[in-house]
Amino acid sequence: MKGLPPVLITAIVLVAGFAICAMQFPNIASTRVVGNLLTDNAFLGIVATGMTFVIISGGIDLSVGSVIGFTTVFVALAIERWGVPPLVAFMAILALSAAFGAAMGAVIHVFDLPPFIVTLAGMFLARGASFLLSTESVPITAPVYSTVSDFALRMPGGGRLTAIAIIMLVIVIGGALLLHLTRFGANVYALGGSRTTASLMGVAVGKMTIKIYMLSSLLAGIAGIVFSFYTSAGYSLSAVGVELDSIAAVVIGGTLLTGGQGSVIGTFLGVLIQGMIQTYINFDGTLSSWWTKIATGVLLFAFIALQQGLVALARRPVAKSAGAAS
Amino acid sequence: MTALLPRRGLAQILALIVILAVDRVVSPQFFDLRLQDGRLFGSLIDVLNRGTPVALLSLGMVLVIATRGIDLSVGAVMAICGAIAASLADSHGLPVVLAAALGAGLVCGLWNGFLVAVLGMQPIVATLILMVAGRGIAQLITEGRIVTFSSPDLVWLGNGSVLGLPVPVVIALGMLILTGAVVRGSALGLLIEATGGNARASELAGVGTRAMILAVYVWCGVCAALAGVIAAADIMGADANNAGLWLELDAILAVVIGGTSLFGGRFSLVLAVLGALIIQTMNTGILLSGYPPEFNLLVKAVVVLAVLLLQSPKFSGLAGIAARLRRTKA
Repeated sequence: MKGLPPVLITAIVLVAGFAICAMQFPNIASTRVVGNLLTDNAFLGIVATGMTFVIISGGIDLSVGSVIGFTTVFVALAIERWGVPPLVAFMAILALSAAFGAAMGAVIHVFDLPPFIVTLAGMFLARGASFLLSTESVPITAPVYSTVSDFALRMPGGGRLTAIAIIMLVIVIGGALLLHLTRFGANVYALGGSRTTASLMGVAVGKMTIKIYMLSSLLAGIAGIVFSFYTSAGYSLSAVGVELDSIAAVVIGGTLLTGGQGSVIGTFLGVLIQGMIQTYINFDGTLSSWWTKIATGVLLFAFIALQQGLVALARRPVAKSAGAAS
Repeated sequence: MTALLPRRGLAQILALIVILAVDRVVSPQFFDLRLQDGRLFGSLIDVLNRGTPVALLSLGMVLVIATRGIDLSVGAVMAICGAIAASLADSHGLPVVLAAALGAGLVCGLWNGFLVAVLGMQPIVATLILMVAGRGIAQLITEGRIVTFSSPDLVWLGNGSVLGLPVPVVIALGMLILTGAVVRGSALGLLIEATGGNARASELAGVGTRAMILAVYVWCGVCAALAGVIAAADIMGADANNAGLWLELDAILAVVIGGTSLFGGRFSLVLAVLGALIIQTMNTGILLSGYPPEFNLLVKAVVVLAVLLLQSPKFSGLAGIAARLRRTKA
């Protein structure tokens, strides 16, 4: 039952926060608002799922926002300018982003470099490449897009569960199953717990590192496609800073940033908390959007401080080793 | 100065010369300088002037990285301090404005240092908090507007000149000499490197590692504050959304180009500033060549990768350092 207590705390924060919001604005507690919340944060949920794997394995992926941006531009140009059928364009971009992630993972492993700086280079590379493709917003008019945008399951109370929200939920569930029930997931935890131990236990560290970053970039690619459904356009500056939002969601969801502990469900709750803050601010009307950032920062601090306390408690008998903090 | 410039600076100097030569090919007037109204003008001066914010940031960042830390919040701190300076500029004198802005930077640094040194958080995580929240705080100060000012004193800080050189360049040079004198003129630099090399061993040897870590984050905050004030003075306004955006990455890049290891333990102030100049020379060169500025990011990515790959065999070659690396990962 790895990481259960932090997840419970996240869940309590979410429920309590939602209750406070609902008390102040009774209309928040409707399926309409919840449906919109899921739709608005669909891409974040997808990308944060991938980030969870990376962070649990002890790494970090700063390139995801840029990969989303690149994906939207690539898909828009492929469909609108180059006349590629949408499905082919989707397949191509997913293959491309998976290869991109695999390359980053390979560089991290082979050259033994900090993931932080390698994915930083990846972030520059992907953003620069999307600028090269096009610097202007390219609207997408393909019929698939209107079909997908119009599709929605009706929920009781008039809410709409849109196609992109469904995609997000499927990926979150799939990610949770992959992380908690498969050998791959167990290896991710092992890698985050201790790379040396994992390698001694027979985990193919190199292959795992490549696969983990491949998964993260692949999910970023899917998030990019979802983002293009959401905005019906491709724009090279879209999703700037999403890497921070998704890291914040992962941390608020109770995943340990040093790796080894965490869960996809917690990340999903973290995404919902961020969405809830945004919704509250929208409902209030007098608060400006920058309060979202401050509130996220405060939550981030609270959860990291909490983790720090829990880790200190758990490791007390082992004495304070210098390696624990780094 | 010889103490500041170790032998390993050769690669960086060569790189700068090569890039300058490429710039000269791209734009034949690149080395032209002319004196006008008691101030030098020309592409070279432009490189120095525009490179100032990143150079200042890298001065603080290099010390943080030397302790095996990282400060992601410098861009946000720039935005906060620029916002403070801009909102006070027209109602208060320059000393008050500077004191308030630098004080804010100091407090930001103290916060980061507290999280890392006292609470023992990972530096990336600890400074991520201020990186996310800081821009919100800056917007709180400017109330979401772009605050403009016309105080001639503050504008002089961004656009004036001393002895023909732009004021920002003089400030950066002064900060480099000051920082160098403090950390290399005393044992402080050595203690900082010891902290980054092996915090536990240094602690046992009697180094006040907590105080060292606290001090470098505070200094990083102050440098970022100065960069923020200069950036605001340059455009005569503070834009909480865009001031210092992504500059933390440029600063880290400058430090890495300067040959300082991300694993701590050694650093060079001069080479970090040289790294900042290399980045700016590339940026200016790309602009002058008529390529779209979007190429900047691609070129930067390629440069980061190249520098990292060049550095990496050195790491794996030295068994001692390699063992330390593995322990970091564990």
